[in-house]
Amino acid sequence: MSTSTGPAAGASAPVDTRPSAGQRFSAWFGRNAIKIYAFFAFVYLLLPVAYTFAFSFNDAGRTNLVWQGFTLENWLNPCGAPEVCGSVVNSIVVAAVVTAMATLLGTLIAFALVRHRFRGRATTNLLIFLPMATPEVVLGSSLLALFLNILIPLGFWTVVIAHIMFCISFVVVTVKARLASLDPRLEQAAMDLYATEWQAFRRITLPLVAPGIAAAALLAFSLSFDDFIITNFNSGQFTTFPKFVYVSATRGIPPQANVIATAMFIIALAIVLISQFAGKRKREA
Amino acid sequence: MSIAAAIGDTIEDEPKPPPPSTNKGRKFTAYLLMLPGMLWLAIFFVIPLVALFMTSLQTPVPGGEVGQFQQTFSFSNYAETLTDDTYYIPLIRSFIYSGIATILALLIGYPLAYAIAFKGGKYRNLLLVMVIAPFFVSFILRTIAWRQILADEGPVVAVLRVIGVVGETGGIYPSAFAVIMGLTYNFLPFMTLPIYASLERVDPKLIEASGDLYAKPMTGFFKVTFPLSLPGVVAGTLLTFIPAAGDYVNAALLGRPSNTMIGNRIEYTFLSVNDYPTAAVLSFILMATILIMVLIYIRRVGTEDLV
Repeated sequence: MSTSTGPAAGASAPVDTRPSAGQRFSAWFGRNAIKIYAFFAFVYLLLPVAYTFAFSFNDAGRTNLVWQGFTLENWLNPCGAPEVCGSVVNSIVVAAVVTAMATLLGTLIAFALVRHRFRGRATTNLLIFLPMATPEVVLGSSLLALFLNILIPLGFWTVVIAHIMFCISFVVVTVKARLASLDPRLEQAAMDLYATEWQAFRRITLPLVAPGIAAAALLAFSLSFDDFIITNFNSGQFTTFPKFVYVSATRGIPPQANVIATAMFIIALAIVLISQFAGKRKREA
Repeated sequence: MSIAAAIGDTIEDEPKPPPPSTNKGRKFTAYLLMLPGMLWLAIFFVIPLVALFMTSLQTPVPGGEVGQFQQTFSFSNYAETLTDDTYYIPLIRSFIYSGIATILALLIGYPLAYAIAFKGGKYRNLLLVMVIAPFFVSFILRTIAWRQILADEGPVVAVLRVIGVVGETGGIYPSAFAVIMGLTYNFLPFMTLPIYASLERVDPKLIEASGDLYAKPMTGFFKVTFPLSLPGVVAGTLLTFIPAAGDYVNAALLGRPSNTMIGNRIEYTFLSVNDYPTAAVLSFILMATILIMVLIYIRRVGTEDLV
């Protein structure tokens, strides 16, 4: 920690004649200490990911805790363990419905907040912020309290309702950030050139905000797909992938769960990297 | 990075004031745009909190079955729960664990964000993707991976035994250490991203200027860079502390029964015992305590340096 110094650390390299090896090492260390620190932070962040990945190739059978030997069996037969694929399909369907709804509702709110002045803005902002600042157990248990009191049966729809609720805020914040960085004069220029308000929105604003909306949709999808705590309170007998993994943790998680997690990881990473790459090329062009 | 920007913006930035509306029609449009989403939040966020509060004041139906309760506005539920050590000890433990985890995440996340922002060069975006990459693997599976890493047969214990930190038969899982480490791990990206977002906006010329005025690099960091990144630090600590305080997955998967947190108690009381009023009391106390702590925190850090 002591060496995580200010930005000018690199500038103070010794220039005098022939520093000793020890001096050279300490100068090198001083310049690179923060990079070394960051390297270990990345090891910490990514070690469990590597474990999850490696254990998808474990010849483990039912309890995938200790390394037994390499096999491709799990990858060739990802639905081999009971319930795994069913729960993944459930999670994907929930996340798809949630993404569509939350992205739509949240984007509309973001437009209202950035582009309009109206009474009650502060209250609206507070109501957007609060779900993000509330622990998931409280969100989950309060919704369950509502469903129990008005006797709504738990299942697919209660999970969807809950997920949309906590995804809206994240969509609003993501789209709002993008929208606020846009120059409103672009729209005005379009309208000066005789575009109607709708045309200006359709041809100018929407294309410019689209990356923000896409990022928000991705965020909503991954939040919904990976949610466990709120789902656990409101799902009843309905099983999602995280719930399946958690429930089977006591009797042993099948290696197929790691296969699915690894595959999802690769797909998500590919989407993010491709969109970054595409964005870069567009900017350079 | 839009996610970093999103998380960073939740707390630090108010959007610029919108252009003044020209007529009543536009104002009406604003309400129309917000209506569906806000209605959703009102029905499925605000009303449930009311339902939770009402449930916390219920008592069992006399002679009824398990899970049957009636509204009696029994405020003594709160006193009974708060004086029961099976509840208040996990509550206090939650705040201790999540407090330590937040400090650790700051100690790891700040230098990491700093390294990416100032030393990342052209690899900045790639490094940011690496920070959020763990999110793409299921939260539960990552926590279970820690169970394997920290297990008695795992690499960490092997190293610790060689060094002699842990005895021949000693282990580090399950334990309070494993729970805190898991909490730190799981919320580290939430700490790193907002700090990065505010460090990225620091004008390097300001830091150069401090050097020109004979500030040592350390002084420059503490007088210029750190204060400017404070909004990110506030956002990051909140985004780590709040979910960590309510979490129960880490304690359930990495701890012993003696490491249970308030989340475990709420889940167990609600879903296994079906004692809804007590669980509702616990949820409400958790939320209220967090809200008060957050307000004090924002005030203390906020009034001097943020505004």
